[in-house]
Amino acid sequence: MAKELLEGNAAIAEAAIRAGLEAYFGYPITPQTEVLEHLARRLPEEGRVFLQAESEVASINMVYGAACAGARVMTSSSSPGISLMQEGLSYIACSEVPAVVINIMRGGPGLGNVAPSQGDYFQAVKMAGHGDFHPIVLAPGNIQEAIDLVVLAFDLAEKYRTIAMVVADGSLGQMMEPAELPPMRPVRPPAERPPWALTGARGRQPNIITSLYLEPEVLEEVNLRLQAKLQEIAANEVRWKEYSSEDADLLLVAFGTVGRVCQTAVREARRQGLKVGLLRPITLWPFPSARLAELAGQVRGMLVVEMNAGQMVEDVRLAVEGRCPVRFYGRLGGIIPLPDEILPELERLDKEC
Amino acid sequence: MAKGMVLIDEDRCKGCGLCVTVCPQHILRLAEDRFNTKGYRPVEVVAPEACTGCALCATICPDVVFTVYRRKRPPQPAAVAA
Amino acid sequence: MVTVEIPADMELVYKRPQSLTETHTHYCPGCTHGIIHRLIAEVIDELGIRERTIGIAPVGCSVLAYYYFNMDFAEAAHGRAPAMATGIKRVSPDRVVFTYQGDGDLAAIGTAEIIQAANRGELFTTIFVNNAIYGMTGGQMAPTTLPGQVTTSSPTGRDVETAGFPMKMAELLAVLPGAAYVTRQAVFDPRGIHRTRAAIKLAFQTQLAELGFSLVEVLSTCNTNWHMGVVEALEWAKKHMVAYYPLGDTKVSDGVRALMETR
Repeated sequence: MAKELLEGNAAIAEAAIRAGLEAYFGYPITPQTEVLEHLARRLPEEGRVFLQAESEVASINMVYGAACAGARVMTSSSSPGISLMQEGLSYIACSEVPAVVINIMRGGPGLGNVAPSQGDYFQAVKMAGHGDFHPIVLAPGNIQEAIDLVVLAFDLAEKYRTIAMVVADGSLGQMMEPAELPPMRPVRPPAERPPWALTGARGRQPNIITSLYLEPEVLEEVNLRLQAKLQEIAANEVRWKEYSSEDADLLLVAFGTVGRVCQTAVREARRQGLKVGLLRPITLWPFPSARLAELAGQVRGMLVVEMNAGQMVEDVRLAVEGRCPVRFYGRLGGIIPLPDEILPELERLDKEC
Repeated sequence: MAKGMVLIDEDRCKGCGLCVTVCPQHILRLAEDRFNTKGYRPVEVVAPEACTGCALCATICPDVVFTVYRRKRPPQPAAVAA
Repeated sequence: MVTVEIPADMELVYKRPQSLTETHTHYCPGCTHGIIHRLIAEVIDELGIRERTIGIAPVGCSVLAYYYFNMDFAEAAHGRAPAMATGIKRVSPDRVVFTYQGDGDLAAIGTAEIIQAANRGELFTTIFVNNAIYGMTGGQMAPTTLPGQVTTSSPTGRDVETAGFPMKMAELLAVLPGAAYVTRQAVFDPRGIHRTRAAIKLAFQTQLAELGFSLVEVLSTCNTNWHMGVVEALEWAKKHMVAYYPLGDTKVSDGVRALMETR
């Protein structure tokens, strides 16, 4: 299929359809509403389920229900809406049903604004709900990658029976660029839903999907099973991209849109004679800690750039364990840091390390 | 000869006594001198020969303790076609 | 185990429905949840739909209902059963879906979900158990607690000036066009139990005929948290609950009426 000019949110929505999405439940919120609007038009055309819910609380519980029934299901929202979904996400995680969640992040806290932000890093990777769990968190840096990661999100969610969350900021959702959509996958027929799904107990024992385990010993067992699964994910699914890192002695670390800005910063820094590389995590959870630890032995220092007050930088520091200095530069309130701001930070890092 | 008969799944009984209050024949009571495995005094039939198999006990029982049988009606003489 | 000979001329008139498991319930002695569970199971048996029915349990005393129903079941977050049911039914339209919810679950934390689901005319059935109190957490004021009723969180009795009046959910939901069949019944005596069973059957038939949303509110007791004897609780409920919550259908759509006439 040829490349076409696509808007981020519409591309994400269409990619989900191509990936075999059977049902979408969501609620309008800027800057992700185009995901919902695209699906409102396209899903009925394809004979699939679209429903605008009364709230994000209802959306995620509709997703929970459809996931329990074994359907390929998704919701999308933006930061305040994801906060409302956290209850449902925790139930989904414990119940081990697959679900895909898109978060087109906006400025916070509170109602914040509708400008691009990465302020939900902690929420996505560390506290997507109460209790011990992590969703798989995928952070695309451009529209093509957003398309590819949405497809991957469905596959990973089903493979591990867990939540796969795609986090992008409002700028990626709203921008347009050339990208290629995948071919249409056939939708899985209801008769082929997984054996654990709630499909009616015909000729088998009933299936029960619950997140309630009153006996502490049993709940500990459940948690240990969940943790073992998370370890398996951490061992198999870490993804990242590196740019000019082979000979780098300074390393930028940034994800999503900021990762893209940092690619420009790398080029300009190299023009000035600084040997700068970039690592862009694609999975925020699991985090590319091992690779960062390796690079910590190679570079003199790292600069983490984010559109928040310093969230991923904590994971970088945990990965590096003091092997090299880790500095932070961030912009808040929905402002995208520009190469002109990043370069002086790199120069300072160069002098100090 | 009793018109009906109930079987009591004694260990399901929680001794709430609802059945006792609805039995029109007043033939149910809670055991006075023994307990079931749950520690409740289970329901028992005092006069089985008086049971009509009306199933009101089963209707109100929250714990599905009762299985109810009723004597089949003797075959009616066939109606004469008009 | 005593084996009992059943005389050959005796016929079985009541036995445990197949749609219940053998598991003993955790409900208090005399709790009417057990009666309502049994009625649902009897109706599902009678309609022959056990193998294509999916139930959703709430948070509340009946949180463990999935152990007692012999069919596929999910456990919802508090109040969210109607949203979950929507999700299941929309992707499995040929399955029968029902939620089982208490008064805190449906009439407090889950009001948005139940009203919106009813308004959309979702094709599932809700069994709403109203016992005017929070049972599982130990007897706090529910949205359906009667005026003046003493609970642990309304220790001097529900003051309607500050806590508002009890929610009449059957009346409230009846005005929504998507609701096809809404009724309020009570399981306080065998007659009421028979009527409740008939209502539950009609609610499931409403779903099977795809006529719209169906809900049976069942007035119920909580003798434990009402601090009453089992029989005393039933008498109190008959006198006070029925006075505030009148029994009977609050919504019968034309489609449901036609269904009733063919029965």
